[in-house]
Amino acid sequence: MSVMDIETVKPTEAQKKARRSRNIAIALALGAFVVLVYVVSIVKLGSAVLVRPL
Amino acid sequence: MTFLDKTVLDEAVLSEATAGDYLELLKPRVMSLVVFTAFVGMVAAPVTLNPFVAIVAILSIAIGAGASGALNMWYDADIDAVMSRTASRPVPAGRILPQQALAFGLVLSALSVMTLGVFVNWVAGAGLAFTIFFYAVVYTMWLKRWTPQNIVIGGAAGSFPPMIGWAAATGSISLESVILFLIIFLWTPPHFWALALFKSGDYARAGVPMMPNVAGEASTKRQIFAYSVVLAVVGVLPWVLDYAGAAYGVAAAALGLGFVWYAWAVLMMPADDRAMRPAKALFGYSLLYLFAIFAIYLADSVVERIVTGAAA
Repeated sequence: MSVMDIETVKPTEAQKKARRSRNIAIALALGAFVVLVYVVSIVKLGSAVLVRPL
Repeated sequence: MTFLDKTVLDEAVLSEATAGDYLELLKPRVMSLVVFTAFVGMVAAPVTLNPFVAIVAILSIAIGAGASGALNMWYDADIDAVMSRTASRPVPAGRILPQQALAFGLVLSALSVMTLGVFVNWVAGAGLAFTIFFYAVVYTMWLKRWTPQNIVIGGAAGSFPPMIGWAAATGSISLESVILFLIIFLWTPPHFWALALFKSGDYARAGVPMMPNVAGEASTKRQIFAYSVVLAVVGVLPWVLDYAGAAYGVAAAALGLGFVWYAWAVLMMPADDRAMRPAKALFGYSLLYLFAIFAIYLADSVVERIVTGAAA
């Protein structure tokens, strides 16, 4: 059986569009969360961010 | 791909749900009220938060409130489907599967509580967790389909946000934040019963025991009026207890009188009035009331801070 014969599910245009919209939203949310964690770490710890018991 | 049942794939992977549908699961309009009242509680508190930490607190509370909305839409899809007001929500309309709404709600609940707890404080984090639990489990799963006191007790969930905002700033609970809680708590029954009066057919069809369907319209109107009177009194309490200035006191008294006046019109509404204009008017006014009283409380506390800051 060649690769071409494998039955796969073909998304419709509407499904592709919806998936793209969800992907963009997840990317934005994830990016925002990363920025948030970064900024709050700096705000709460400041230069002490590197000070830790070894 | 062939190992999987094709119908499962069609349903689970090939969704036509857009990001907007998921946003709708978060009940953005309820969220806006939550954000606003939490913000007022946070700003009115005697401790000033770092602005970035404040943004994180508000964001976490907003996401937590949204998550409880998603859990509510997951559990209530069966009754949402038969009510005109809710039939087009993403789950009953079939755009999002129930298990997807459940997963979305659970993940956001955990994420919002953890974020608030770790970055702000755990009193606020615990408050948010309890609020989500109260709304999703106590109200949605237990009270809503069981007793006409559903929205009275369940209203506590919607009343917690200013206390969480206050706790985010101070790490504690105080009488002042409890009064903010009480204002929303007492506001909820007349607000929802006004809606239930002109939507009673909807609730009856869905089998939700709202007050007009169980106790009758006459009793509901009397209870609306009683809650409105108590609300008007509690609305003035922050001024009486010296938490807010005279300007707030006068405005709160005027807003409260307005509320009682609209509730009186509902009480006087003839039993054969099916247009129910007074009930619709009270519903509209109640939204205005809550935004206005919290906005004035906010303005009062900001002005107070500027004045004391200038004096010091």
